[in-house]
Amino acid sequence: MTITLFIPCFVDALFPRAGISMAEILEQLGHRVVCPEDIACCGQPPFNSGYWDEARTIAAPIVEKLKNAEAVVIGSGSCGAMIKKFYPELFAGTRHEADAKKLSANTWEFSEFLVRKLGVTDLGAKFPHKVTYHDGCHGLRELNIKLSPRALLGKVGGLELVEMKEDVCCGFGGTFAAKFPMISTAMGEVKIANAAETNAEYIVSGDSSCLMHIQGLLSRQGKPMKTIHLAEVLNQR
Amino acid sequence: MSTFVSEFKTRATEKTGDVRLRQFIRTALRGYEVNRDNRKGAFQSWESARQAAAETKWEAINHLDTHLESLVAKLEARGTKVHWASNAAQAREIILKIVTDKKARSIIKSKAMTSEEIHLNHALEEKGFTVIESDLGEFIVQLRHEAPYHIVFPSMHLTRDEIRDLFQKEIGDVPSNSPEDLTMVARRVMRQKYIQADIGFTGGNFAIAETGMISITENEGNARLTAALPKTMITLMGIEKVLPRFSDLALFLPMLATAGAGQPMTCYNTMYSGPRQPGEADGPEEWHVVLLDNRRTELLADAEQRDSLSCIRCGACLNVCPIFRNVGGHTYGTTYSGPVGAVITPHLSGLQDWKHLSNASSLCGACTEACPVKIDLHHHLLQNRRNASASEPAFFEKLAYKIFGIVANEPAFWSLAKKIGWLTQPLQSLVKGTALDPAKAWTKTRDLAPVQKETFKDWWRNRK
Repeated sequence: MTITLFIPCFVDALFPRAGISMAEILEQLGHRVVCPEDIACCGQPPFNSGYWDEARTIAAPIVEKLKNAEAVVIGSGSCGAMIKKFYPELFAGTRHEADAKKLSANTWEFSEFLVRKLGVTDLGAKFPHKVTYHDGCHGLRELNIKLSPRALLGKVGGLELVEMKEDVCCGFGGTFAAKFPMISTAMGEVKIANAAETNAEYIVSGDSSCLMHIQGLLSRQGKPMKTIHLAEVLNQR
Repeated sequence: MSTFVSEFKTRATEKTGDVRLRQFIRTALRGYEVNRDNRKGAFQSWESARQAAAETKWEAINHLDTHLESLVAKLEARGTKVHWASNAAQAREIILKIVTDKKARSIIKSKAMTSEEIHLNHALEEKGFTVIESDLGEFIVQLRHEAPYHIVFPSMHLTRDEIRDLFQKEIGDVPSNSPEDLTMVARRVMRQKYIQADIGFTGGNFAIAETGMISITENEGNARLTAALPKTMITLMGIEKVLPRFSDLALFLPMLATAGAGQPMTCYNTMYSGPRQPGEADGPEEWHVVLLDNRRTELLADAEQRDSLSCIRCGACLNVCPIFRNVGGHTYGTTYSGPVGAVITPHLSGLQDWKHLSNASSLCGACTEACPVKIDLHHHLLQNRRNASASEPAFFEKLAYKIFGIVANEPAFWSLAKKIGWLTQPLQSLVKGTALDPAKAWTKTRDLAPVQKETFKDWWRNRK
């Protein structure tokens, strides 16, 4: 299968290890991976802020470029939800509507793609650490992703998964984090308190954007807990 | 920046800084979640119940005209006087006229958020009437001259010690801070007030179109006394509270109790169908029902967000909302707080003044997941943002997104942006979190993730 890897802007610039891990895992499974170099961002920041015209300016060329892709895989529930769930809404009634729907149907969040499309859970990874898993809200509630990451983590050698008591948002929320930093920070503190209760060494997530927020708080507060993207865990040997 | 948003930010900063209160609210709501989930288990299928409830309310609001006609005809047939109020001022006028005509002095009230919506207590007190809240939580916040903190739990922000101190100061003779003792103190005051009151004022949870009944749900028996003892009863409710059939209550009463408070059923559920009829031993001599629009019909005309009129005011979305949990109810500065308040307040009170409530959300969707009538709450926040930006765009924000669009669409610009980000990092770390830092909103409390020297795209290109 030819897989188009969609690398979100912040993964490209800030968390390349997550993207590299995804490319390597998919290639090791025998697939051809392509990555369009002229795509930077899915358009979610203007979309979530209410600037839908500006979001379409970014999203329309993406729909054009990816409409015939066999499978688009994206290592973020948040950007994945943007393409799968919100592109059809953003382009409703425009000339891109049909292509946006087609792209939506062929777009997969990384863990869902492995588990539900490829039927793979055991990647032979080893990560002998105690971890907890943070469900990014867009992946969890827009795309209903809950079981796939856990199915994958369940097969990682030496890994112990301890769940947090609350399914609560980390407080990132895109521009919300900068528009209402006091609320965003308070939410992040609740999240890391939840994670601390598990005594895990790592918080694993399928969303680097959530991890950026959580890690930013952990580092500032001098807390020893670390964050890591699911794909990086699955790529450890 | 409008005063509403700057006040919101000031209060949010203060409340998020109160770690003790945040922890107190979180602990209380964790307890609620356990009870709620246990009660959900008593439904054959909670998800099917939600679907059925959503469909019933959807039918009710889409045929509001015929349901209201039926409701009113049935109410009037048994001697109830029905009033229609287009807005808050009209509703206040109608109620003031009734209490003036009755030469009333004292009014006892059971819990009604619609009365908060029209600022009724203030209007009555200004005219010299005495108003007593009989719901314990409402009574407590009334003594503190505060608005309810939560639409279902008005005084949930107060500890038992704080309530004991308040009662000691305002009433006196408080033996301890135990819930039993505190309740007995309130009861001692309240029983006198019921007897003295000329008017009993209530809200309504559901209005049954088929039978012409208004259903009131409560845990303390105070609404029953409010309705039964004074000679005149006034009920104020929004027009959207209609349910088509009496049998719908079989779903909605346990659902409201489960979603709202984690109870199997609320302790008292009473259906009122008219004033005292010939031969009946109790009940008010006169019953006035005031049906309030106050821009609900405008919301009904909004095809995208009409489902927010399905709200049964259970408070479930507030309880699970991480924003509400951290900033608390008073920060919103609105009658209806939490996610549903953020959705409907722009419709009820003006989009530009209240759009910040839709922005003050991470769009996590916990509210939509919790809503028993399946209101698409967090997507409505997104639509409010879109509508607000379309009608009055913020100049610099729009410009920033235009520039971002150009950078994102041109690989050379995007590469350059990443290079600049990487090169300016040492400078950024010098001013981190200070007034000179352009990323201060983030860096004041959080570290920035470093821009990598080799980005993903670099790696991809290099290995090819």
